[in-house]
Amino acid sequence: MEFFTISLLNGISYGLLLFMLSSGLTLIFSMMGVLNFAHASFYMLGAYFAYTTTQWFGYWPALVIAPLLVAGLGALFEKYALRRVHKYGHVAELLLTFGLSFIILEMVQLVWGTSSVDYRVPAALSGPLFTLYGTQFPMYRGFMMLVALLMLLAMWLLLTRTRIGLVIQAALTHPDTVEALGHNVPRVFMLVFGGGCALAALAGVIGGNAFVTEPGMAATVGSVIFVVVVVGGMGSLAGAFVASLAIGVIQTFAVGIDRSLLDAAQVVGLAITPETFGYALWKLKISQVAPILPYVFLVLILIFRPKGLLGTREG
Amino acid sequence: MGQRNYYEFKPHNVGRWVVWGAFGLILAVAPLLFTSSLAHTMLSQMGIAIIVCLSYNMLLGQGGMLSFGHAVYSGMGAFFAIHVLNLVGKGHWPIPVSLVPIAGGLASAAFAVLLGYVTTKKAATPFAMITLGIGELVWASSLMFPEFFGGEGGISSNRVVGAKPFGITFGPQIQLYYLIAVYTFACTALMFAFTRTPLGRMLNAVRDNPERVEFVGYDTQKVRYISFIIAAFFAGISGGLAALNFEIVTSEVVSAPRSGAYLLFTFLGGATFFFGPILGGVLMVLAFVLLSEYTKAWLLYLGLVFLFMVMYAPGGIASLIMMNLRVASFGRLKQLWVSYLALFVTAFLALLGAAAMIEMVYHLQLNAALGPKLQFLGVPLDAKGVDTWFGAVFFMLTAVALFELARRHFSRQWGEIHEHIEKEMKRREAL
Repeated sequence: MEFFTISLLNGISYGLLLFMLSSGLTLIFSMMGVLNFAHASFYMLGAYFAYTTTQWFGYWPALVIAPLLVAGLGALFEKYALRRVHKYGHVAELLLTFGLSFIILEMVQLVWGTSSVDYRVPAALSGPLFTLYGTQFPMYRGFMMLVALLMLLAMWLLLTRTRIGLVIQAALTHPDTVEALGHNVPRVFMLVFGGGCALAALAGVIGGNAFVTEPGMAATVGSVIFVVVVVGGMGSLAGAFVASLAIGVIQTFAVGIDRSLLDAAQVVGLAITPETFGYALWKLKISQVAPILPYVFLVLILIFRPKGLLGTREG
Repeated sequence: MGQRNYYEFKPHNVGRWVVWGAFGLILAVAPLLFTSSLAHTMLSQMGIAIIVCLSYNMLLGQGGMLSFGHAVYSGMGAFFAIHVLNLVGKGHWPIPVSLVPIAGGLASAAFAVLLGYVTTKKAATPFAMITLGIGELVWASSLMFPEFFGGEGGISSNRVVGAKPFGITFGPQIQLYYLIAVYTFACTALMFAFTRTPLGRMLNAVRDNPERVEFVGYDTQKVRYISFIIAAFFAGISGGLAALNFEIVTSEVVSAPRSGAYLLFTFLGGATFFFGPILGGVLMVLAFVLLSEYTKAWLLYLGLVFLFMVMYAPGGIASLIMMNLRVASFGRLKQLWVSYLALFVTAFLALLGAAAMIEMVYHLQLNAALGPKLQFLGVPLDAKGVDTWFGAVFFMLTAVALFELARRHFSRQWGEIHEHIEKEMKRREAL
């Protein structure tokens, strides 16, 4: 019971962080059709900017400043680079962001070095939040969940209840009409791209100190958030939410289970020795399998439900 | 571009014989011209890279499939080949060493039969993400099964085993180079032949207009699937050759960065022409072996070159060459040489200024212990000196301004020439 509750809470908080990352990606993808390969790089930039800003102004300003800076960079990239290659199609756009991820990685190593930086959880949030069955749940994990939920609420309100949200949604399906009505559609795209990058950066600010801020952090989450987007259904925010929670929980549980098929076979009474065919598979512990679970999930979804959990269109 | 601007003699296509003959000649003569052992290893790697880039381009250029997991197939080929090589060494399998790469190719093709079915269900962006996911899956698994993948240390082997026909042991690098050269030539020819088969043509159609292909009655997924398997076969051969060349295979060969490198260099070489990936493969080895030797910032340069290429020349180097050949075939290239000279010189100077700054920053960050002094192309620089920085910035800005002037002049000239070419082509059609 203790293992279950703690793992569930940890899984949900990790899943919510994944959602913050994949929501920006989904937003950009569904609005502009651009699969932003540099999305995880913006996450990393958010963490590094927050690290530097924290040293100057403290943590709370960093929570605002770092995403804004990253949003600015993202908007500039959209305006001066992405917009240029739009006419060559989506593959060129994807390649451009792919190139950008190289450059951001190198720049980060250039400015902050190749090892991890000392970006810490602020003192006000570093204690335990509550104690369950003798295990303390860190306050910072609670804070992560709170920020993610607030962000989800804010985004939903922005997209469905405000004028700009209406313009964004309309520009999605009928860009020419929206343009004819006097709205600046390229600027809407620039804002969406910047906004998506800001969401990634926000995840970086609150995820960078919970995990570790180092140049490899983009590669660590990069492919997982693509899995989230595919599993949830391309371009579906609700799908991304469900998928990121599912992947967060599954992965956290898997990491904590030290059992293998070998144990299961022993319970049933099968004798398995190192000579048995496929011993390497039998002795594999679930915790060892944890890193590949998201990708297994991806393949299974593609076989049984190609449009994703909550997706509406076939890619 | 549909116009035929080469001479064709029936029944023999002389132009094609000349091109392929020249290609074979280059492969045969190159190690005799560059005789150092570094050159021989680099030439061997170039042959391997050419095969894998061409096989990647079967997906990207011909099929419009942007794969982020091609290293899975070249890497699995390498692993199977090295296991086969070890079995040969133990005397279990009587396969000659020269055929081991084919075993790698067959293994990769088998893998593609298995994984490709899921991968090729979709095209375009979903395809890219699925290949990325499968690439990560295989890479993560490679650390889970140390029995097969050899864990951190990888699997090592010895290529001097088995029968030795005519005294060829493949021990000396030059012998292995000629094996690689033969494979490179054969694979290039086969892949070119593939573009002329009905399946290759259908693949182009699937890239350009899948709805119409469906409507005509073809199954787009099946076309993609079969092409994917063939591409994986050639990637596996290149992996097998790499296993012979290095005599060690580590899990790095199936990693995502490796897949990214294939994509990057195939694109840089040019995905729109068949010979583009050949240039890409050569560039890949030059960048990985030489550029990384000269500068620590090589990945940054590579990323920037890639970015500018995507923005300004999405056809890669091959398309730049073909555009200039077109201008030359209309006899207008000689008007451009002054502009080209101005462009190249100013661009080179601007790059020099920028590179000096990048090198200084890298030096400050990574070699802080060595003090602020560094040598850049034989020029001593002081990474903390104000005048050095001022000099570099001033130098670069001047060069950029001059480049902009040259570029404006060039683009005006280029536009004029192309107008002329269009007119000329219309006139010829009317004749």
